[in-house]
Amino acid sequence: MRNLKCNLLNAVRLYGHYISVSVRSMMQYKASFLLSAIGQFLVSFNVFLGIFFLFRRFSAVDGFSYSEVLLCYSVILMEFSLAEMAVRGFDTFSDMVRTGEFDRVLVRPRNEILQVLGSKFELTRIGRILQAVVMFIYGIANSGIAWTLPKILTVVFMLAGGTAVFSGLFIIYAALCFFTLDGLEFMNIFTDGAREFGKYPVGVYGKKMLLFATFFVPYALIQYYPLLFLLGRRTSPLYMLLPLAAFWFLIPAFALWKFGVRHYTSSGS
Amino acid sequence: MKKYLSFFRLRFLLGLQYRVAALAGIATQFVWGFMEIMIFAAFYRTGADAFPMTLTATSSYIWLQQAFLALFAAWMMDNEIFSSILSGGIAYELCRPIDIYNMWFCRNAASRLARAVLRCFPILIAAVFLPEPYGIAAPASAEHFLLFLIALVLGFLTTVSLCMLIYVLTFFTVSPQGLRILFTSGVEFFSGGVIPLPFFPDPVRRFMELLPFASMQNAALQIYSGTLNQAETVRAVALQLFWLIAVTAGGKMLCRMAVKRVVVQGG
Repeated sequence: MRNLKCNLLNAVRLYGHYISVSVRSMMQYKASFLLSAIGQFLVSFNVFLGIFFLFRRFSAVDGFSYSEVLLCYSVILMEFSLAEMAVRGFDTFSDMVRTGEFDRVLVRPRNEILQVLGSKFELTRIGRILQAVVMFIYGIANSGIAWTLPKILTVVFMLAGGTAVFSGLFIIYAALCFFTLDGLEFMNIFTDGAREFGKYPVGVYGKKMLLFATFFVPYALIQYYPLLFLLGRRTSPLYMLLPLAAFWFLIPAFALWKFGVRHYTSSGS
Repeated sequence: MKKYLSFFRLRFLLGLQYRVAALAGIATQFVWGFMEIMIFAAFYRTGADAFPMTLTATSSYIWLQQAFLALFAAWMMDNEIFSSILSGGIAYELCRPIDIYNMWFCRNAASRLARAVLRCFPILIAAVFLPEPYGIAAPASAEHFLLFLIALVLGFLTTVSLCMLIYVLTFFTVSPQGLRILFTSGVEFFSGGVIPLPFFPDPVRRFMELLPFASMQNAALQIYSGTLNQAETVRAVALQLFWLIAVTAGGKMLCRMAVKRVVVQGG
């Protein structure tokens, strides 16, 4: 038991070290960092402007008001950006396989997931996170939510669960590289697409999409259902705990990853 | 002229080789279009009377936009050009007895066209078979369709001209990063890539329609469904012509200035 604790502590320390190296190297190119952060910000700011101008014309969408939609978008954007910031190494994993860098990872006496995780830390996503925070504040100030402990907890669970789901997607994307060597472009539908279309509550897209987002890729568990609880439209505490259930998604993701590692044959470069 | 045509042909054929990439693109564009239409359908359920055009016309607008994305997407730029400016490879290109602006223009037009040719048909065909009002409807009339084609070509050329400005400006800034970021997100917004231009509030829309970015895709997509009346259609196409000429002329002038004072980076 003590040994395990020791190992875990060591891993956390190593991860911290990875992050610090990554951030320091990025700060060598400050102008480039700043421009990337601004670029990230502008992309999601455009989405916000789209929502803003649509709501000049319409007062609600399927019963959700402007500030409620903003709240929804800010949470999904924050979840996505947090996941992307932390597991960016998996997002760019195809490079690692193609260049043979992964061979070097495998011969080191450390867990390969930790190493891939530490290979990149995208601080530039801070641009998006800042925007998400501002929208979030606006959303909660204007949607008239009476804040209670369960509701605050719900937001925390949403962020945790959402980051887990998006991380899972990035890991699946990386695991598929073991078989295809190259990144599979269509996976963007599930990551970038979810960020893009998660701006509106999943229920807006109809029953079938809601079913898909409940049982296949659990977007609804981290977005739609807890949002209903936050806005007071559902009162069962089950809705509050659903984001935590979304963690199941990490299981198939890691399984696929492990399967991929076992079948890994070096690209030879 | 012949040499530019052969540049065009070369790039076009090269572009046609990327068929697997096109498949992924088609899948993405299809899902994107579908989700976009579901959003507008939801808005339609809540506020049909606030819609600037019918839901069918909106769907057509979105499907055409997705099908011809490669013709109009500002972020699809030729990275080879940027790196040739950055690495100094540009020196070789300048030695050739050709006009660099025209050559780049041909290259860009060709690779965009190749991408679009590979992608547009499966998307359009699938969209035709979707039930009303979610699929793509027939054009308002044969005349509208003809005008749509003309506007599509003009918009496509305007897009390439606008991108040319960025390549040329890179001569002055060396690193394209900042310019590109501002340009792509600005164009995305002002051309109707975020939400279709008719959905903007009227005063904003009237202003945006005058900008060169509205001459990219919006004119053609609106003409297709017949949401513009005759006077508006004439004005839109005239504006397209104006911007195409103005932006191309401006770009050529800038290019001449840039080439005169070009500093080759590295060796």
